[in-house]
Amino acid sequence: MTNDIIILPLVVHLFFSILLMFFWNKVNFQKVVSIVGNAVAMVVAIWAFIFVYNNGTHIVESGNWSAPFGIVFVGDMLAVTLVLLTAIAGFAVSVFSTISVIKARLRFGYFSVFHFLLLGLNGAFLTGDIFNLYVWFEIIIISSFVLISIGGEKNQLEGAVKYFALNFFASMIFLTALGVLYGLVGTLNMADISLKIAEVENTTLVEISAVLFLVGFGIKSAIFPLYFWLPASYHTPPSAVSAIFAGLLTKVGVYALIRVFTLIYGGDSFLTILLLTLAIMTIFSGGIGAIIQNNIKKVFMYFIICHIGFMIGGLALFTEVAMAGVIFYLIHDIIIKTNLFLISGLIYRIKTTTNMKKLGGLYANYPKLSLLIAIPLFSLVGIPPLSGYWPKISLILASFNAQQYWFFGALIFGSLITLIVIAKLWAEVFWKDQPKLKFPEKFIYFDQLRIGQKFTFIFPVAFLTFVTLYIGFGAEHIQQLSQRIASELMNNELYINAVLKR
Amino acid sequence: MEIILAIITGVLYASGIYMIMRRSMVKLILGIILLGNGVNLLIFLLGRITKGEPPIIDSAEKVLEGVYADPIPQALILTAIVISFGLQAFAIILVKRTYKVLKTDDLDQLNTTDEDS
Repeated sequence: MTNDIIILPLVVHLFFSILLMFFWNKVNFQKVVSIVGNAVAMVVAIWAFIFVYNNGTHIVESGNWSAPFGIVFVGDMLAVTLVLLTAIAGFAVSVFSTISVIKARLRFGYFSVFHFLLLGLNGAFLTGDIFNLYVWFEIIIISSFVLISIGGEKNQLEGAVKYFALNFFASMIFLTALGVLYGLVGTLNMADISLKIAEVENTTLVEISAVLFLVGFGIKSAIFPLYFWLPASYHTPPSAVSAIFAGLLTKVGVYALIRVFTLIYGGDSFLTILLLTLAIMTIFSGGIGAIIQNNIKKVFMYFIICHIGFMIGGLALFTEVAMAGVIFYLIHDIIIKTNLFLISGLIYRIKTTTNMKKLGGLYANYPKLSLLIAIPLFSLVGIPPLSGYWPKISLILASFNAQQYWFFGALIFGSLITLIVIAKLWAEVFWKDQPKLKFPEKFIYFDQLRIGQKFTFIFPVAFLTFVTLYIGFGAEHIQQLSQRIASELMNNELYINAVLKR
Repeated sequence: MEIILAIITGVLYASGIYMIMRRSMVKLILGIILLGNGVNLLIFLLGRITKGEPPIIDSAEKVLEGVYADPIPQALILTAIVISFGLQAFAIILVKRTYKVLKTDDLDQLNTTDEDS
């Protein structure tokens, strides 16, 4: 059983997504099955995490084909940590979906597709084969296309067309890069590629494939000149869907960048300059985008872009300290961004709008709830004991040591602009008096819900806030974990030896 | 043979990207299809083209010897074709549905997502 432990998260999600299809019209039963499924997935993910934490990198060879020939699943610390975070975010979002997404949407296989999305995410984190990574990416995007267009409202369809066109284009560029890389090295196993790419004489072609990978993953992770699909589409689906997209879909792009640029193209000076420039521009454009928006969902979307820049910049610095900061930030970011979109869904349910100009008085009406929401907002800014603060120490330290003062400045700027925007948001949404709201009929208000339903609404937010608090106050554990992952990433012989059994 | 395939690949990429950048949604789908085929041809081309040497091990031997055609690019292309076929089917339905709701085929008209609401 423990031999195949790291592919169990995949099996669990596959099983539950197929199971859910048998109960197509029984929406209430589907809700229960989905929550149970995600709880099981979380238990399995914790189990896999503890197993890999104690025993080191674990690999599973599909069909017993030994490493460079068959597809391998590699459970190193980075992969299992991300699988665990996926399980946490997936559990929270599935609980939130049961109450916030209307029945008309749930009836078209919402939960089944949701489990397929999580399956794709787990697969992408665990696979050790680059073509297999492409296949998992396709599973992710086709599930996300269904989730973004389910319901078929006008702006949803518009968002879906834009999201579809650019993500499909990104996949094609990824596939092109893969073709070029296969032509150069003749293997698809990432560990094997890492060994063979050093022997390739034509470095221009290697760099071309690296840039193609950067563009392909860059579109998916929304870095500077390639992010325009994100503000046009992420706010259109229901908040639960936006939450899982914001928390995990852009981060899977960042994960792929980290994996490819540490394992295959480690420490290339041309790429360092390129990545740093893109990171600085991403932070600036995301931050400035956030400050002019009035819709809180759009503000949060620009924060996604802004904070992607932190991670890309840390990856570009390519030192162990910077990498530890990147991993810590990734851990913090997945939880916090999921939570922010759940919060925007909660605010929408209370006030029927997410426009800051029409909102107000939340603190007067719901003081306890506002204090709960304050914790993730402060963590996002990085108020000292909370989770956003710790990774920034590593990142700032690393950028100072590497004498990259532009990135140093961009980090400070990004943090400052986050603070300004969150202060503005707090003043507008929580402290300002409530302007007159037009109350549409046929809208289920938060106050009209039963106590159990209210609990289901608030529980996921509270759960993720608790995880954020743990990341903040238990920062020592997370920092140790990040440093361990960073040293594994920087010394990629460990990964290669584990995969190729040398 | 390689020259012809290389030129065809280039033409498919160029025309695919050109079609994607047009304003009509139907042309977007055509562009996606052309680009997908271009990528498949590129993988086929970069896997080295070997004529008439199937990778079949002779019954007398244990390993393959000499020049043989690499079977992996073909497996990759097959997977990529199936995936892009599924995505194209989805895209056609999505565009049809969008056309019904919005009554327009012009991508420039899709701007309600940018409104301040």
